[in-house]
Amino acid sequence: MDIKAYIILSLALFTIGIVGVLVRRNAIIIFMCVELMLNAVNLLLVAFSKMHAMSGVAKASPYFASDAQVFVFFIMVVAAAEVSVGLAIIVMMYRNVHTVDVNFLNRLKN
Amino acid sequence: MNLTTLVFILLSVMAIGSAIMMISSKSPVHSVLWLIVVFFAISGHYILLNAQFLAIVNIIVYAGAIMVLFLFVVMLMNLNAETEPVKNYRLQLVGVITGGALLLVLVSAVMKIDVEQLVEMKVGDQGLIKVLGMNLFKNYVLPFEISSVLFLSAMIGAVVIGKKGETANQ
Amino acid sequence: MNSFSLLMNNIFKLVWLIPVLPLIGFLINGLGRKSLSKSLSGIIGSGVILGSFVLSLLVFFQVKNGNTATIHFFDFIRLENFKIGFDYKIDQLSSLFLLIITGVGFLIHVYSTSYMHDEENMNFAKYFSYLNLFVFSMLLLVMGGNFVIMFIGWEGVGLCSYLLIGYWFRNTDYTDAAKKAFIMNRIGDLGFLLALFWLITKIGSVQYDVVFSAASLAKLSATDITGITMLLFVGATGKSAQIPLYTWLPDAMAGPTPVSALIHAATMVTAGIYMIARSNALFSLAHQTQTVITIVGLATALLAASIAIKQNDIKKVLAYSTVSQLGFMFLALGTGNYVAAVFHVLTHAFFKALMFLGSGSVIHAMGGEQDIRKMGGLHKHMKITSVTFLIGCLAIAGIPGFSGFFSKDEILAGTFAHSPVLYGIALFAALLTAFYMFRLYIVTFTGTFRGTHDQEHHLHESPAAMTFPLIVLAILSIIGGYVGVPEVLGGHHELASYLSPVVKSAEHHLDHNTEYMLMGLSTILVVISISFAWMKFKNYKVEGEANGFGKVLENKWYVDELYQTAIVNPLKSISAFFNNIIESKVIDGAVNGVGKAVNYSSRQLRWLQSGQVGAYVLLMVIGMLILFFIQLFL
Repeated sequence: MDIKAYIILSLALFTIGIVGVLVRRNAIIIFMCVELMLNAVNLLLVAFSKMHAMSGVAKASPYFASDAQVFVFFIMVVAAAEVSVGLAIIVMMYRNVHTVDVNFLNRLKN
Repeated sequence: MNLTTLVFILLSVMAIGSAIMMISSKSPVHSVLWLIVVFFAISGHYILLNAQFLAIVNIIVYAGAIMVLFLFVVMLMNLNAETEPVKNYRLQLVGVITGGALLLVLVSAVMKIDVEQLVEMKVGDQGLIKVLGMNLFKNYVLPFEISSVLFLSAMIGAVVIGKKGETANQ
Repeated sequence: MNSFSLLMNNIFKLVWLIPVLPLIGFLINGLGRKSLSKSLSGIIGSGVILGSFVLSLLVFFQVKNGNTATIHFFDFIRLENFKIGFDYKIDQLSSLFLLIITGVGFLIHVYSTSYMHDEENMNFAKYFSYLNLFVFSMLLLVMGGNFVIMFIGWEGVGLCSYLLIGYWFRNTDYTDAAKKAFIMNRIGDLGFLLALFWLITKIGSVQYDVVFSAASLAKLSATDITGITMLLFVGATGKSAQIPLYTWLPDAMAGPTPVSALIHAATMVTAGIYMIARSNALFSLAHQTQTVITIVGLATALLAASIAIKQNDIKKVLAYSTVSQLGFMFLALGTGNYVAAVFHVLTHAFFKALMFLGSGSVIHAMGGEQDIRKMGGLHKHMKITSVTFLIGCLAIAGIPGFSGFFSKDEILAGTFAHSPVLYGIALFAALLTAFYMFRLYIVTFTGTFRGTHDQEHHLHESPAAMTFPLIVLAILSIIGGYVGVPEVLGGHHELASYLSPVVKSAEHHLDHNTEYMLMGLSTILVVISISFAWMKFKNYKVEGEANGFGKVLENKWYVDELYQTAIVNPLKSISAFFNNIIESKVIDGAVNGVGKAVNYSSRQLRWLQSGQVGAYVLLMVIGMLILFFIQLFL
């Protein structure tokens, strides 16, 4: 499989995430789009890891080409932490303004 | 066209299609469910790449824990298609066009590369638990420990934010 | 005696005092004008000039013995390899001018103490402080050792002239006259300044000794010399009231009469002649410029003399007479007859100051009346003034034996050697001079009084402080010419030999018979001219409006009107255009437009700051898109 196919797939998913952020007003959906973008990056990292394995340099190392997958693991860790805090914030916001519409959060204007 | 390519295309179509459904469905619950489908498709890709550990973790952590959390929040707030805030049509169009243009620029840049680099499919032990575990606990043990601190602080943060809201309400 | 010779030997060490004394007088009178009494400020004002005069006299004798000096005080401007020193140059030319300035200046100061006595205390002291400042500037002008110091004095006298013409500043006409004088002078000053820049560019120095040295003159091309001298001459036309910049001088009569005598007859207006005489080495090389100077001088002499015939204001007649006489001096300069020009400056300073002071005495007696049509028969009432004025008239007309005869004859002889045609024109101008001066004298002092009964009752001879300077100047007007008795009359022309180290004397060699003939011709014609004036004006009646050519003369050839239409009005329309269109539309439009554009664009940009996260994200993505595009494709 050519690496370009994976890159384009990841780009497509990532861009869909961006478009989602741009077209939706629901804070939860926007948050989900961010998760989608993270996953697109994860996919790309794994694909690169396997591409690296294919190039066959320094096969001797037992951990060869697995670093990218460790990164993915860490990204998942951070994403989980982020989601827990982010959702807490959204819940807080819902409690205060009784909506999840991000347009209500326009305090930055002043 | 061999089976691997077929599976790849199938999974890709599934991922992209579900992602589009996710951002375009009115109901938040449907969005969450479509996102879970995307995650499954991505896990499928991981398996195709022989990244077994990440495939499983992806399903367990993302599709399982995180998305359930989303679903929980959505249902807690009782969000549905009627209460969904809708952006005006023109802004949506601007967003789609911008995103499309970005995709176009990036894809055309990728297509310009004329070097062919293949990806190892279905074989290879980089994604096996043993290799990843050895790498993680030998070379990345410090980041691993720090990430536990991150988790702890995230947990405390979530609790504090939740509590603060209560006191602020009273 | 011993101490006197010691003083004489060290006089050059005290030279700095000559201009500084009037400066001190200016400071005391100017700063103490509220507390000084009239007599005290008069004494201070005159005393400092007397001090300068005494010093100048000592310096003069020292210079006469052949001692000259260039005294360096400090560097006025110092650049990397270019220096302008604050220098004094004491030589034959400058010491002669020092004598004229301080001598005549002192007499006029004394005269002023009486003439200005009706002024308030404060204005009286102000007057004397200006007068002292003027003398200071004038001394600086003639003593300066380089063109820049001369320029400082040059500007200083222009300023004082402005201040003194506008002395009675409550009268708008007078302040207008002051502004006119100042602006006209500035036009000339620009020429002077450009000449200085040119000199500095080409020679790298403005020091007289350097500039006039043969080595420096060799550095200048013919174009340079013509250009520099033309520009210097433009400066001279402004200060010395020559065509085309002469119109300020008649208007300058708005100032007090002693001021007219000092500044606008005896000293300041001769600054142009001094400057050209000082630069004679330069001007002698510029034949085109000399031709221009000759033509301008002659034209001015003739034009001003013709205007003077029809003027009825006693001071205006004298003013045009001054312009005309200055024209004669420039004629002499143009024909290379520098000694004659300086000689005429000297004699003119005496007799014109005399006549101005005499007219001041008349005006004083008439209670401010200046129109000669309302005078007449004043001889009976003011004998001293009348007699001294007559001496002045005889001197300016060029009656043999009076000072004007010698200097004017020298100019005319020099012109004859140059070109008989020019001589004819100059002689005609001289005859006009005799005619209008005697018209003035006859109409003013003889016949019957034509003023009001009240004025006649009030007529009186002026006090001693006013008649004393008149008498001194009258004596000088008679004997002043004997310093320059030409060889043909058995003299040695001491002035010429005195000035010879600085100024080359004219190189005309007329044989004695020709000179006798010229003198005889001019004398006979002048006497005829005076008789004609006597015939015409002895039974003077006030005429109605003049018509025909007389009207043109009465209106001064309409030169002021011509300037008004040709220069002032177009300038006014241009300024109006700039004011109404360029200023208000273009410049204000641009300035306000910038403000409005910023205001408008910020109002529009304000909407970008909607505070909505979605909008910010959209902008961020667009920015990313642009960056990617540039990075990947450009």
